[in-house]
Amino acid sequence: MSGFSLEQLSNRLGSYIESSSEFRGENTYFVAPDKTLKILQILKEEFKFTYLVDLTAVDYLGIKSPRFEIVYYLHRFGEDYDENIRIRIKTKITEDNPSIDSATSIWTGADWLEREVYDMFGIVFKGHPDLRRILMPEDYDEFPLRKDFDVRNREPSKKSFQKALREGNF
Amino acid sequence: MGINAAPTAGGEGFLTTTVNSVANWGRKNSLWPMPFGTACCAIEMMGAMMSRFDLSRFGAEVARFSPRQADLMIVSGTITYKMASVCRNIYEQMPEPKWVIAMGSCTCGGGPFDSYAVVQGIDEFLPVDVYIGGCPPRPEALIDAVIKIQKKIDIEGAPIV
Repeated sequence: MSGFSLEQLSNRLGSYIESSSEFRGENTYFVAPDKTLKILQILKEEFKFTYLVDLTAVDYLGIKSPRFEIVYYLHRFGEDYDENIRIRIKTKITEDNPSIDSATSIWTGADWLEREVYDMFGIVFKGHPDLRRILMPEDYDEFPLRKDFDVRNREPSKKSFQKALREGNF
Repeated sequence: MGINAAPTAGGEGFLTTTVNSVANWGRKNSLWPMPFGTACCAIEMMGAMMSRFDLSRFGAEVARFSPRQADLMIVSGTITYKMASVCRNIYEQMPEPKWVIAMGSCTCGGGPFDSYAVVQGIDEFLPVDVYIGGCPPRPEALIDAVIKIQKKIDIEGAPIV
């Protein structure tokens, strides 16, 4: 496909898109969590959004329901590398079942991004090849970027530190 | 009695002192630092060792990246709890006697990072001899700290082990 317009994208994905918004040239599309993987596949293979810029999550505790949103930033370089189009895909995740399909089958680079989201928010990515904590110690038992976690609470970190000292496991 | 302070001339070509004085004189004038740089303070530490500030003027010349050959640990940079166990392990690998400089606000007290991951001062798990404030401190401040360590060695010394 040469040339690209957001209309083409909306037409192709029409039924999948729950809502969309535009702010200062940034386009955001909300999609259903169980359809996300399929949509990302279409965006990569048909619309050539070859680059997953970032994959992150937001905790809207007490502001929105459902609580979590997963955010995918996709980039299209174009056939001749002269386009630089960026879109944002969002999907809502409930607190009771914080899980979603892993995007590692589409972009291998999603591996560590998903591990970080798991580490910070406790969102489980189904089908991820190696879903371990990436930043915090492996025996850490909190999810520090959740809004109900006190950002100054150093006790879980101290516990992991003491354990590492005791076991000589660095 | 330090060897420099009041050597006793015992005749031609020799002087008397104590083994401790000689050892401490040697220790203080040939500190071998182990740089433990984790953040921007490490850049100032490198600056202190390069030609403009030249820490080697005070004998702390050979930065040893192996803790087994070092006797002065310069902890420069933010220390997280995950890094703290590594820092402690490296400290324990250094042979006695050994000294520690906490360089910068982060190592002294957590700096601006009042968060779940950052140690609020490395004296939580290391015996610190000299603290340097600043964010980051100037190389002169590190040189001053090294001289303070030298004075401490001169006054307190350390047993022969």
